[in-house]
Amino acid sequence: MALTKAAMAEKLFEQMGINKREAKEMVDAFFEEIRTALERGEQVKLSGFGNFDLRTKNERPGRNPKTGEEIPISARRVVTFHPGQKLRTRVEANAGTFEQ
Amino acid sequence: MTKSELIEAIAQKQTQLALKDIDIAVKTMLEHMVESLENNERIEIRGFGSFCLHHRPARTGRNPKTGEKVELPEKYVPYFKPGKELRDRVNLT
Repeated sequence: MALTKAAMAEKLFEQMGINKREAKEMVDAFFEEIRTALERGEQVKLSGFGNFDLRTKNERPGRNPKTGEEIPISARRVVTFHPGQKLRTRVEANAGTFEQ
Repeated sequence: MTKSELIEAIAQKQTQLALKDIDIAVKTMLEHMVESLENNERIEIRGFGSFCLHHRPARTGRNPKTGEKVELPEKYVPYFKPGKELRDRVNLT
């Protein structure tokens, strides 16, 4: 089962005693503010979690994998995520328990 | 934007909750996300993106300075794939 916004809101409701509507709005606002900052071209640094960075990519030649036709991939700006030391360490510490 | 600036930005757009509560909420949400990845559970946020762990098999690396071989154990690293809305909003063209 994947973690969703609904489960995150449920946890805020249970742990903080805010109502369900406020909890849902809080989760929405959290992701919306991160998107807005990235849209402005601003890096987002969340200590203990990781950084969302922006990279600008130049136009490069591409190919339609179905037809083999050459089409340029246009210049674009993309988001990359770099997990922080604390997140990486916590994941590694628990990796022994993962099912293969 | 840092975590505290994010908390401020959320606070400015609403009037129901005190800054302290938003601070707790943001930290609770991030902790929930870390715990999820810690248990190898995916995170799926529509319009934002998804997080999961990628497995890196063990390999033999080299110390770039000395050229000496080093055995690197397998590991799991968090990976983020941006969702469509985020990709479209961030892309300028």
